[in-house]
Amino acid sequence: MKETKNILLVGVGGQGIILVSKVLIAGLMKAGYDVKMSEVHGMAQRGGSVTTQVRFGEKVYSSIIGKGQADLLVSFEKMEAARWIEYLKPEGTVVVNNYEIPSMPIATMKAEYPQNVLEALAKEFKTVTLDAGQAAIEIGNIRTQNIVLFGALVKALGLNDIDWVEILKENLPAKMVDINIKAFQKGMEL
Amino acid sequence: MKKLMSGNEAIARGAYEAGVTVAAAYPGTPSTEILENMVDYKEHIYSEWAPNEKVACEVAIGASIAGSRSLAAMKHVGVNVAADPIFTYTYLGVNGGFVLVTADDPSMHSSQNEQDNRYYAKFAKMALIEPSDSQEAKDFLKEAYKVSEQYDIPVLYRVTTRVCHSKSLVELGEREEFGFKPYVKRVDKFVATPANAKIAHGKLEAKLKALEEYANSSPLNTAEYNENTNIGIITASVAYQYVKEVFGEKASYLKLGFTYPLPMDMIREFASKFETVYVVEELEPFMEEQIKAAGIKVIGKELIPNMYELNPDIVAKALLGIETATKTVDTDVVARPPVLCPGCPHRGFFYTMSKKKNTVVAGDIGCYTLGGTEPLNALDSVICMGAGFSAAMGMAKSFEVTGRDTKVFGVVGDSTFFHSGITGAIDIVYNKGKMVPVVLDNSITGMTGHQENPGTGKTLMGEDTISLDPVDVLKAIGYKTVAVVDPCDLTAMNNVVDEAMNATEPYAIVTKRPCVLIKTLPPFKTKCEVVSDKCKKCKMCLKVGCPAISFKNGVSHIDQSMCVGCDVCMQVCKFDAIVKVGEQ
Repeated sequence: MKETKNILLVGVGGQGIILVSKVLIAGLMKAGYDVKMSEVHGMAQRGGSVTTQVRFGEKVYSSIIGKGQADLLVSFEKMEAARWIEYLKPEGTVVVNNYEIPSMPIATMKAEYPQNVLEALAKEFKTVTLDAGQAAIEIGNIRTQNIVLFGALVKALGLNDIDWVEILKENLPAKMVDINIKAFQKGMEL
Repeated sequence: MKKLMSGNEAIARGAYEAGVTVAAAYPGTPSTEILENMVDYKEHIYSEWAPNEKVACEVAIGASIAGSRSLAAMKHVGVNVAADPIFTYTYLGVNGGFVLVTADDPSMHSSQNEQDNRYYAKFAKMALIEPSDSQEAKDFLKEAYKVSEQYDIPVLYRVTTRVCHSKSLVELGEREEFGFKPYVKRVDKFVATPANAKIAHGKLEAKLKALEEYANSSPLNTAEYNENTNIGIITASVAYQYVKEVFGEKASYLKLGFTYPLPMDMIREFASKFETVYVVEELEPFMEEQIKAAGIKVIGKELIPNMYELNPDIVAKALLGIETATKTVDTDVVARPPVLCPGCPHRGFFYTMSKKKNTVVAGDIGCYTLGGTEPLNALDSVICMGAGFSAAMGMAKSFEVTGRDTKVFGVVGDSTFFHSGITGAIDIVYNKGKMVPVVLDNSITGMTGHQENPGTGKTLMGEDTISLDPVDVLKAIGYKTVAVVDPCDLTAMNNVVDEAMNATEPYAIVTKRPCVLIKTLPPFKTKCEVVSDKCKKCKMCLKVGCPAISFKNGVSHIDQSMCVGCDVCMQVCKFDAIVKVGEQ
């Protein structure tokens, strides 16, 4: 693959985005890609909007992208997808978790959570919607929500020739492996 | 073997490979993980969290004088705190190599300004090295120590958020067993009296001349020529990665890793080969101004923004006029500002202050800066580390001498208290400030991700040590009353604040409750829940600003996956509509 692929992962601090990017990168490295990623720390993490960028290809220079450059946007929270959508290529795909976390202006009723996010996304972009929270609860642990989304990410990217189950085994604590493999497979199916 | 590393991990690895034996820092985004990763090499490197950046810098300088290769690391504004020793150590020169890592934060992802610290190199007269990715962050550090020792000069090692927190593949190397240089007492070299400093300044100017010669042939500065192009780009740091991304083989590059003194002969020769020469650098025109002053025709900040971080898109737009196609969607996105966590101990204090009339609260740098956000809105100022006390003192004096009746509270956290709060607290008690210093002690350095500090009883290297209590310190420096209170007990918190407002003798407050994110705390077994029938929709609970609380279906709702049962919301509910559930 000559062309560098750009993935933007967005969500709310504490949703497990960093772990997903770690597993993703481990797989991409194993497949022989040059990989760069960039993440945000500090102040922004405290319940704020967070992003992680992953770029891979034959040779990658910049670790970050600008607007209109992501091939895939994976949003762990519904409204965050709309916040970062300008970073997606017009022909790109957005994978969005149908899961709402009200921000402080919403929680304090200064503003309302937008009602039409999914429709608005689908109108302009190739949109894959999934309920990763519900899927994770069905699997037995809400905290596997991020790995459900990871499954959907892999499916959207078409990176099927990498042994992701093996990668999950290598990068997760032993007692969390089985349930996360289930979560990953669920994400691939949704 | 190649390993995926962040720039910060790579700097720690570089220090190991370079034979560093002493490293000191004060945590600050984006620099924190440098020393956190240094601990991996603790068999070889002594590393410490110093109480502040000046102390960290002086510890590293002392180690350098004693003959170690040493390193100090801090965020950009930390260098302001540490500036004093640096400006003199450049005059003196080193024994073992000395490197100061400055982690700048263009775009202010987690900072109060975006100052460009490259100017410190020129101002303090030291060598400047700028890596552009993790591999260079490791490798260039080894060259930095050679330069420091060979030219007898401190080296400023400048990285930015996107170097520190980007991960890329790094080829590891072996440790160079540098050991140490012998320590020889040299009063003429290391005692900065005016007489010695006068001589040292002359020597320093000569060293800088020699360093410019070095820069022209430094392995850190390389020209990459591509055929069939009339565009030459002079660039450094992470901006190099962005221009490579945009121009690929359609431009030639002068990639500078050693950027002060600039390799002016090399630049002149490179620039002479092209019709158009751009200087692409993040933030200020540091290189551009010097290049233009040398009479070389280049284009820089005429096109490239001097604010915020760059990215390939910004570079393409600025230099090539390329507008990347984007699409938006038709929905109203609501802001998502960072907030105090559910159960955060600071909430009780700030909620209490938000209810007090005729008060001013001077804040400081840390998680508690978020006490200034809606709906708590309980801060009047935030400037820098320590100003929570000393700026509050100035406000109190202004109100006092001009006859205004406003009570001032000054707020710092435990780590900030040790950093630079103590001196402010002394000023208040010494100069009879009619104000109340408050230490929000949550038993950890919070915002940067839980580093040990003089109050936690542990060192960076994991050893048990003394645990300094701000209460004891405040008493020792003259506060007659130091009220200790659990900030999440709102009645007690309120009583203490009222007492402080009426106190006639020096009165300080220390709130004590650990950060809820501390992993070694016992698990939270209780949660708060709304009894929907009892909720009168008064929205009082929303005023505590807890991210776990929102209105759902017309009544208050507490997200059970987020709540840790601090019960601040329960205390503000006048209708007993919030109850505690789970094991008491």
